Order: sequence, then C-alpha cells, then structure tokens
Amino acid sequence: MEHIRKIFADERSDDHNAVGVSIERSDGLGHVTGKTQFYADRHYPGMLTLKMVRSPHHHAKILNVDTSAAEKMPGVVRVLTHADVPSNIYTILRLIQVEPNDEPVLAVDKVRFKGEAVVAVLAESEAIARDAVDAVRIDYEELPPVFDVEEALKPGAPLVNEYHGNNYFTYEGHHCRRVRYGDVEKGFAAADHVVEERYSSAPIEHAPVETTGCIVVPEANGRLTCYSNTQALFFTLDNAGLILNTPFQRLRLIGGTVGGGFGGKVDVITEPVAFLAADLTKRPVKFSYSREEEMQVSSPRAAERIYIKDGVMNDGRIVARQIRLYVDAGAYSRHSPYGTTKAAAHMPGPYTIPNVQVDAHCVYANRTPSSAMRGFGVTIGDFALEVQMDKIARLIGMDPMALRMLNAYRDGDAKAHGETTKGAALVEVMQEAAKLADWPLDGKYLSESSGKGG
Amino acid sequence: MARVPVVFTVNGTEAAEFVEPGAMLSDVLRDKLDLTGTRVGCSQGTCGACTVMIDGELILSCLTPAQRVNGKSVVTIEGVATNGELDPIQQAFATGFATQCGFCTSGMIVAAKALLDANPDPSRDEVVDAISGNICRCTGYEPIINAILSAAAERRVAKSA
Repeated sequence: MEHIRKIFADERSDDHNAVGVSIERSDGLGHVTGKTQFYADRHYPGMLTLKMVRSPHHHAKILNVDTSAAEKMPGVVRVLTHADVPSNIYTILRLIQVEPNDEPVLAVDKVRFKGEAVVAVLAESEAIARDAVDAVRIDYEELPPVFDVEEALKPGAPLVNEYHGNNYFTYEGHHCRRVRYGDVEKGFAAADHVVEERYSSAPIEHAPVETTGCIVVPEANGRLTCYSNTQALFFTLDNAGLILNTPFQRLRLIGGTVGGGFGGKVDVITEPVAFLAADLTKRPVKFSYSREEEMQVSSPRAAERIYIKDGVMNDGRIVARQIRLYVDAGAYSRHSPYGTTKAAAHMPGPYTIPNVQVDAHCVYANRTPSSAMRGFGVTIGDFALEVQMDKIARLIGMDPMALRMLNAYRDGDAKAHGETTKGAALVEVMQEAAKLADWPLDGKYLSESSGKGG
Repeated sequence: MARVPVVFTVNGTEAAEFVEPGAMLSDVLRDKLDLTGTRVGCSQGTCGACTVMIDGELILSCLTPAQRVNGKSVVTIEGVATNGELDPIQQAFATGFATQCGFCTSGMIVAAKALLDANPDPSRDEVVDAISGNICRCTGYEPIINAILSAAAERRVAKSA
C-alpha cells in the first residue's frame, strides 16, 4: 500500500467509498432491455459466413485436399487452405517469448486432434457454407494417437507435435518445470510417515452461453475492423497482424462485450482466419462457433494428474513434499506452458516445508488443446493439495485445521522458490473461516498470527 | 427455394417478411427485424437464451419455424418495457445484480414475465421451475430468483395501487 501511495501521490486519494455500497452495473440496463450489443448483433450487407472443414480423426496424415467441388457450388465465394495464410504457424504466447511456434491456423500435412481446422469455406449463407464443408474432400492416413499424459512421455509413444520434437514443452533445457529446495529424500528418511497419493481431473469446458466468434469488416481505407468476443483483444490484434504479415495498425479490434468467457475466450483462434478472409474477399466475414464446435474444439481447462508424496512427523509437521504433476496441453501449447509454470509456482501450497521437489510437465497428446480457465494451473493443484492435507490429518489423528495452522507460512519464512514470504494473511483468514464455520479451533491457534514468528 | 410470406405481430407492431421455408423465428427476429435482444446460444433448444412469447406462451425461437407464427402475436425482450418504462422485472434484475455477462438475461426476463403474468404470487419453487429451461453459465441463479420474487411483490403493489 505504501508503495502504491508513493507512485500515485499526485494522482489519487484514498477516500474511495465504494466498498460496502451497492453500485449498479454500468451494463445492467443494457442487459435487461436487450440493448447490449454482442458481436453477433451486428449486420452488414454482403456479409459472408465462414465455416471450417474439421478433422474427423485424432491423429492423421493429410494425403490430399480437394476443394474443387466446393468451389464450384453457387454461393461459395472462396475456399481457404494453409497455402493462403501468409504466416500460418504461430503460438499465442510468442508475444511473451514462449516458443516454438507450434500450431497452424489451417492444418498443413497432418492433424493432431479431432476437430482440427483444415479448410475454411466462405459462402453467401450459413446453409451454403454447411453444404460446402460437406463437399470438401480430404484424404487422410490415420496415425496411432496418444491420449494419456504418462503414455505420451514413454519412449516410443507417437510424436504428437513435431515442432517440439518431444511430447513435452521444454523449460530452459529441461523436460519439465522444476522446483528444487532442500533434499526431499532426506526428509522422507527422517519422517514418521510417508503419504503418497495420486489425484486427477478431467478437462472442463467453460460452455459459455454465447459461443466464440467474430465479425471482420473491411473498411474503405484498407483497414480491417474486427468485432470479437475475445477476452484478449491485444493478443488477438498482435497475433493476427503477425499471421497476416500486415502492419498492426491496419487491424482494429472492438470488443469487451463477452457473453460468458471464464477464460475460454482468451485463445486467438477465430479472428486471424476471419481477418484474412475479409482481406482476401473484400467482404464482411462472420465466423461463429456452433454449439457443437464450442464443445468439441474450443479449449477446455486442462486435465491434470498430480502425484504428491509427503513426509510427515507425528506432531503434524510436513518435512518433505515431492510433486509430480502433468498438465494435458492437448495437441498444441496455447496457454498451457504458462499454466504449467503457474502450477509449479503454486506448489507446495501455502505451507512452509523445508524440503520440496516439483516436476511439472506440460504434455502434448492428441486431444483438444487446453487453455485458460478461472485460476488455471492452480485450481486443480489446490484440490490435490488440500485433499492431501485432509488425508494427512486423518492419518495422524489431528484436527485438519490445526494441521494447516501448524504448517501455514508466516512472514519471513523461506519459500521453495527462493522467495521470502511477505504479507501473508493465511493464519488470520483461517481463524476467520473457523469462526464462520463454527469450527472448534484449538485456543493456541486463535492467538497466532501470520507475522514474523507468529 | 421460393421464399414464403410471414405476417405476425411483434411487440404490438405488425411485421411482414418473406422468409426461406424453414427459417427459424430467432433468425427472422434478429436478422430481418433487427430485434437482436433475442440471443441465440445453442440453436438446439437447450440453453433458453432465445426464449420469446407467442400468444402469451413461452417458446424457444431457435426451434420454431417462422411460418408457425403467422397471424400470431410475439413478445420479445424489446417488448417487455412499456413506453420506455421498465417492467418491475427488468428493474429488479438491474438493481438486484441479476445480470453478469448478460447473455441469458433476455430469455430469463421473458420467462419471468410469462410466470408473473400467469401467477402474480409465485413461491420460490415455482420461480425456480419457471427458469429451469434457462441456463446462466455465470451461475448467478440466486440473484435471478430473488429479483423475480421481488419483482412479483412490486407488480402486486403496482396493481393494487
């Protein structure tokens, strides 16, 4: 707070009074009258519908693509393949130095997940676009797929994504994101108990009521305006500029009205190809996911598998924690290399443990690419950690709240990542939670604090 | 395919359009009449965002061929307010934080209107039942239920005044 006061000394006062007061949403009246304009509520003369021809296979070589029948259909204006995309291979987070580029806008020589986009058709109406999709002929040679994160890391597993050369994202030369602190083996040897468990989660689809999509309108001055429901306007603008190989200022993004996002609309998927299509046809283009596409091809929360091995003393102190964590990125990186780093950074939870080892793997498999969703990289890890804490408490016959109090980090404690704990409020939060939940907390924990030595 | 004429009343005004045979009411409302307050979330009758009223009955406009409303009276979200005056349901949604992203709101309010028009004093269970065909993925159901109950009370007061 002092820091912020210093920075904004001339610009803001601290007499804000909104906390504890109900203030009507600025978009509330638009919502209740139906006047809020979502991207799909705009109409433009001559607007084309874009639809994708998608892979029916999880993993296959593309032998031949024949678009001739579709191109001849009345009402079909243009058919796009990878050859039409100026810079086809990208990865969203290249803007923050994540590499390599590993995903095509339109598939080139193989498909890596069921539902991957191969050909885009542009037609005068949605019905014609659907018929044109059916008229595109693609010959595939199926390849053996791999769906399981641990199977994918075994020698001889099918290679999912050639841009990585392995079925994992490489973190500074390592096959996983690592945290090393103390010596877990020594900790296990000294412990009264060793508790080892496996936790796993399935992919979770956000299922927003408004499906993902955008409209791109070519302007008279040569610029392209995109109305989108993306949650990431700037990532979208920059990636689209790089994919089209066009100056960023030619592209304009208008958004902010999102019919449910929850992290599911941060990927840059519909806009680049819609920008390109509008640029090539000089017509407004609309690309909206159907409900089926939203469920099948939009990124879900990644499935995770987490192994936790803890060394625990009879008095409840956790003296070693070893984590082996796998994030199922699906076929492409998208936000998963970052999510996996977050998962590693979140371990070993808000506890002071003298010996910690984390191996967090970002794994490629022939599944729908996963990406952001509310607290991604953290939510599933917290589930695993806190279930583990309850299991430990049961094993040693200790109150689960007391176990957490005993191990909670306090200001000044060293963290596994080499940082020093600062501004922790965990003890106070647990005291308050125990009070609200009528949880009988041992008196000695009521007088403790998160302060140094508290 | 030859287009067919459809004539109906929408929010008290006559509409006359030529539509493709099989065109859905939601598309005609949104694309031809510019009544885009009716949202389309699934096109398969599962989300409830496209809910409108036909002759006082709730229907899903994404599954209703426009030809079926010939000669009938349709009310959409744009017809819930009277002369720019918000219905108590709309007011209660706005002040009671019953909107988040807003995409389900139109369908929710139309469903609530159908309920309160038929049953001015519903129980909480009846409100829950009335919006059970409408999905809010922001999961703000509690404020929505509370808003409908408080609007019901508001409407009863207005009626008795």
